[in-house]
Amino acid sequence: MKFSFSSEQEAFRESLRRFLAERSPTKEVRRLMETPHGWEREGWARLNAELGLTAVRIPEQYGGQGFGFSEQCIVLEEMGRVLLCAPYFSSSVLATGAILNAGGEAEKAALLPGMASGEVVATLASVEDCGSWDAAATTLIATRDGEGWRLDGHKSFVLDGHSADLVVVLGRAAGSAGEEGLSLFTVAGDAPGLARRALAVLDPTRKLARLAFRGVRAELLGEAGGAAAPFARTMAEAAVCLASEMVGGADRLREDALAYAMMRMQFGRSIATFQSMKHKQADMLLEVELAKSAAYFAAAALDDGDDDVVATASLAKAAASEAYTQTAIHAVQIHGGIGFTWDNDTHLWFKRAKASEVLLGDAHLHRERMMQAMITGSVR
Amino acid sequence: MNDDTVRAEVRAWLAANWNAEQGLVEWRTKLAGSGWGVPSWPSRWYGRDLPEGFVPVVEEEFARVGAIGVAKTGIRMLAAATILAHGTDMQREKFLLRILTGEDTWCQLFSEPGSGSDVAGAVTRAEFRGNQWVVNGQKVWTTSAHKADWGLLLARTDWDQPKHRGLSYFVIDMKQPGVAVHPLRQMNGYASFNQVFLTDAVVPPEMIVSTVGDGWTVTNTTLMHERRGADGLRGWARGSDLVGRIHDEERAEVAVALEPYRWYPQRAGRVDLVMPRAIESGAIHDPVVRQEVAKLLIMAKSAEWTARRARTAKEQGKPQGPEGSLGKLAASNIARAAARVHTQIAGASALLAGADGLGAGVVAEVLLSVPATSIAGGTDEIQRNIIAERVLKMPREASEDTKRPFREVPRNTIG
Repeated sequence: MKFSFSSEQEAFRESLRRFLAERSPTKEVRRLMETPHGWEREGWARLNAELGLTAVRIPEQYGGQGFGFSEQCIVLEEMGRVLLCAPYFSSSVLATGAILNAGGEAEKAALLPGMASGEVVATLASVEDCGSWDAAATTLIATRDGEGWRLDGHKSFVLDGHSADLVVVLGRAAGSAGEEGLSLFTVAGDAPGLARRALAVLDPTRKLARLAFRGVRAELLGEAGGAAAPFARTMAEAAVCLASEMVGGADRLREDALAYAMMRMQFGRSIATFQSMKHKQADMLLEVELAKSAAYFAAAALDDGDDDVVATASLAKAAASEAYTQTAIHAVQIHGGIGFTWDNDTHLWFKRAKASEVLLGDAHLHRERMMQAMITGSVR
Repeated sequence: MNDDTVRAEVRAWLAANWNAEQGLVEWRTKLAGSGWGVPSWPSRWYGRDLPEGFVPVVEEEFARVGAIGVAKTGIRMLAAATILAHGTDMQREKFLLRILTGEDTWCQLFSEPGSGSDVAGAVTRAEFRGNQWVVNGQKVWTTSAHKADWGLLLARTDWDQPKHRGLSYFVIDMKQPGVAVHPLRQMNGYASFNQVFLTDAVVPPEMIVSTVGDGWTVTNTTLMHERRGADGLRGWARGSDLVGRIHDEERAEVAVALEPYRWYPQRAGRVDLVMPRAIESGAIHDPVVRQEVAKLLIMAKSAEWTARRARTAKEQGKPQGPEGSLGKLAASNIARAAARVHTQIAGASALLAGADGLGAGVVAEVLLSVPATSIAGGTDEIQRNIIAERVLKMPREASEDTKRPFREVPRNTIG
């Protein structure tokens, strides 16, 4: 297991950080978050043309660069630092992951090149109104219809669901229950019978949509009835990716709160001289660094094909959920009154922290998942 | 020079010299002479001038043939590092070899009843009378003082200088009439430390380390090595089960040296026992317990990986990142969380100790030993100050005690 980044990875991170700092200052974040989609095709295309980040983890035979999770998690950590407004997580993590894990050779060859270039923006629609992150809660019904399939039902909490060109949908056969009868499908974003509604969201830098399906024509992705395992794998990978994005945001927030404490004067001295402030900053550093280690380790574990990736992935997500939200709470507190204003940037990260804490399952859920995986593992 | 050439060289030397049927001191004397015992030390002083990065390679080769290394128990390596950095050649001649062979045992006389976190506030006095230093005062928390041949002593030599500039650092002979050692009993029932009473104890002039008034600089060298070692604190505590005269001698040495540390695993919280105990007791079926166990394991695993990040960076010769300074504070949080989870799992059994207690009293020992973790070797509060000031570069607080003569500084009436 690797515990350090190679010099190539460090150099990649450095150039990416410079690029994103320039491309995504908070002024731009604030502009994009007020738009209906939360991102713009032009800026997205430029980003992909210059850096090819959408291609990072897609294998070369499908037009990608063939790197691993360690590299993709560097990308996500850096994007998380600047709150980049782009459909990267939906398309390059969730949808790409689902296609790589579930798709057959022909499907991957047909779908992935467009996503690798960034021309096609895809997302994954798995969660429904009940809000369960568990595939077994799926109620959307998929019915065979001649050569293809027809989908009826709904999906919710779909990242970039109203702006994606392609939607990967989790559905089930009528009469099936639990993890049986689950299949994945692909649907065009503008397919007839698909009604998409943007939801009002807590974190405006990341948009969600509700999708209603009424007899929507769909293509099967992978094996009919066999989606449970590839979907679970996709979710474990996504948890690690999200944890990486989160520790990037937490670290940035921590740094900004430190910089503010260093310049803020009260009672004739810098508030950074107060022990109550120093101890808080030390605790924040500790919590963020531990969460970073967990995210780095989990990404390396995915690349190494470890047996206990489910436990490790949930560990990383739980650690990041606690660390990011706690850091955001401290950051607002350290800024004092100004930290509660709209003009101050802290709330942008606070909202992303809260939303990310919940997305893909909160710390409670992931701690339970981790324990169940460990208990099963210790029996095995 | 690379890993392979170093490996080949040490392997050849071990093949020619190592066998298990020689005396421990005899072997270590030979080892010290070869430089392979402490390869990162200067070649003039029992080392080979090798960069730190090669040390694991050498250790691997020793482990491969079961060869014993130089003595590393107790605080001897802190004494060695300090004397290497600040001592005279006479002191190096006199002490270093016997440290490495294990013939001499050392203790550290820094803390006092009136100065714990504030070590520089020491009031033990050393006065130059006639042709020697005469020492009076009281030291505390001294591990193995009753067995030690030599002590690293911090004492005040000038009361008119500001606090940090009136201190000097000495090597004191512990086997003399002016040194009285009494055990100090702790809240967990053990007596692993001592109080040392110094009454007209003497130190010859050549046993000062560095110069008069430079004691704080020297102390910091010792403390820096102590903190650096804290990560792998009991790394040397592996008792081997290999056969041979020399292994018997080493086992006896380790048993004596480890005696004061018997409860240290409990002090760290015994995270390793949490899952087995939760499964054995059935508490694992309680979702509330599972949450708490998970929180603990997440913290412990993340801290372990953070320590490995720090170690890897050090081995690669990269500048130390923030991850290197966090281990001690993380360990305190982990120990406290572990004590809480052990209590939750134990239920009413947490009321019992000793033979009636869980795991023959180990759980009770955890509950009563954990409070030491956030105090010993730098309290959590001091640790946070260090992280804030050295890692985050936050400003120091205005000090009340460092700019005037020490005799004018308010201090404890006890001690």
